[in-house]
Amino acid sequence: MNSKIVDALKSRFGDQTVEATEFRDELTVVVPTEKIVEVCRFLRDDPALKFDLLADLCGLDMYTPVKRFAVVYNLYSLSHKHRIRLKIFTEEEDPKVPTVTGIWGTANWHERETYDMFGIVFEGHPDLRRVYMPDEFEHHPLRKDFPLMGIPGSLPLPKK
Amino acid sequence: MGLEHALGDSFVTTKLDLAINWCRKNSLWPMPMGISCCAIEMMAFAGPRFDAARFGSEVFRFSPRQSDVMIVAGTTTYKMAKVVRKIYDQMPDPKWVIAMGACTSSGGMYRTYSVVQGIDQFLPVDVYVAGCPPRPDNLLNALITLQQKVQRGESRGSFPAYVGDKKLNEAQGLPIISG
Repeated sequence: MNSKIVDALKSRFGDQTVEATEFRDELTVVVPTEKIVEVCRFLRDDPALKFDLLADLCGLDMYTPVKRFAVVYNLYSLSHKHRIRLKIFTEEEDPKVPTVTGIWGTANWHERETYDMFGIVFEGHPDLRRVYMPDEFEHHPLRKDFPLMGIPGSLPLPKK
Repeated sequence: MGLEHALGDSFVTTKLDLAINWCRKNSLWPMPMGISCCAIEMMAFAGPRFDAARFGSEVFRFSPRQSDVMIVAGTTTYKMAKVVRKIYDQMPDPKWVIAMGACTSSGGMYRTYSVVQGIDQFLPVDVYVAGCPPRPDNLLNALITLQQKVQRGESRGSFPAYVGDKKLNEAQGLPIISG
């Protein structure tokens, strides 16, 4: 099944844009950041693929000088029962990726969480606010350079 | 001797402070601040098996305006701390706080950026309860310990001028309201 998905993607977007790897029958496809919306729409709408469920969307911090952040999309097809993992990269300076809220509504809060934890900005997101941390908080806790115990004074407590 | 002798066996004389404190200690109504899993044990503490009503903690008041002791039961994050403090501020004096469980007392296993490492950083805590979560018996023990404090007129939170002995409070450096 995985090879069929890769073939469909390659015939639609070309060999260069789709970079597929397989590990223990799990298919991972790296696509160019600017193409992600197009790829997602194709995966959802193609009747042979029909990835109608965005099971998860999350961020990654590789802490590398280039391509520091990644966004990972785990898709599932309820009718065909197959899965795919999409990956896009973005830079440390001004990390911006396109939103997929127009394709799966589920992406809304997932992207907000990713923004909250990694500071990755999802362009075109209807309501990009923090989910977990207070609105006035200035840092992004799941970044590798954020200390485990936090930054003293960054989260004010009420007076005793 | 004295007044009791004059009035006969049906009267007991005492100091007003002691009488008021005795009333207070036997009607400590809790404000349940159930933030996470400790709250389940707190519910058992209130339920028929452990029955906090035996000790005068008759009803859980879900309004801070009608409660005397706040039981903070659960992991308190920085975001939640403001809410806990706001509810505490709405409770009328005199008031007390029980920090239930490891997370509430010290951050517990959540040694991380988002969790307050002990609610005594922003609340005056009277009794700490160990355990993760503490058994309801342990919370009952905390309630009884608190009752002993109340009877002695001690409170770390409210202004103790009318709760306890003035000299004792001055010695401990607690605030005094005059008049």
